Amino acid sequence: MDGPDVAWYLAVAAVLFGIGALGVLIRRNTLVVLLSLELMLNAGNLALIALSRHFHNGAGQIFALTVMAIAASEVCVGLGLVVALNRRNLSLDVDTLSKLRG
Amino acid sequence: MSALVVASAGNVLVWIVWVVAAFACLGSGIAVVTFSNPFFSALALIGNLGSLAVMYLLLSAEFVAAAQVLVYAGAVVVMFLFVIAYVGPRKETPWSGGPSWQTFCAVAAAGALLVEIVVAVGMQASGSLSHESSGGTAFGTPAWIGRVFLVDHLLAFEITSVVLLIAAVGGVILGSHTRRATA
Repeated sequence: MDGPDVAWYLAVAAVLFGIGALGVLIRRNTLVVLLSLELMLNAGNLALIALSRHFHNGAGQIFALTVMAIAASEVCVGLGLVVALNRRNLSLDVDTLSKLRG
Repeated sequence: MSALVVASAGNVLVWIVWVVAAFACLGSGIAVVTFSNPFFSALALIGNLGSLAVMYLLLSAEFVAAAQVLVYAGAVVVMFLFVIAYVGPRKETPWSGGPSWQTFCAVAAAGALLVEIVVAVGMQASGSLSHESSGGTAFGTPAWIGRVFLVDHLLAFEITSVVLLIAAVGGVILGSHTRRATA
């Protein structure tokens, strides 16, 4: 294959996953936590596609497309929760959102 | 000899594109996490998704790159921007009042996770990653994806559609006005 080896792609995916995990752990705004979750899902997608190219196996790309659909579902439900919280004038700080009861 | 020169020039070009895409990807990822305004974080996520799409193209996954730009940058980030505009500006300074013990623990946990991934992948796949298997030239094209998806992985396709339907119903229920507003 021309260009970088699959290990380089896996390294970028690992670092991107670490950045996303750091964002999920360190940020307190619900919206930014959801954005960091997207980063983690994309890092997983990059690893899947790099390995799919490496082994010439189509299942990796199919899995990446499925992950994309799951990410869209997650954003749909997560942003619905954010809108519901905002309508009840609740804080969007994840430290104060420790109860699911409205 | 000239073919070799052309091949190495193409290789250098691929490396240059890859390095630019990788640095843009990681830099915009750091920007998503560090911007205090969620609006700018969502905009930085667009750069991250675009550079990832470039890397998908380098990996000859054309259909996934197109779907990435359409689904993520076209739908998901736009939905994020709408909700951020709806919620209004709520500034949150992530490191206000100096770093707390939570910050240290978060950085330590994320670093441990990164080390764990690198060690696990390195131990599992160090041998099998050295030689690359070869396949047909149609790898990653929409026709190839369609055949693999709808013939070999039809069950995953159908289950994905059901999951999307359930998520849409959940989003409608969460966002509906008709629920009792007693809280």
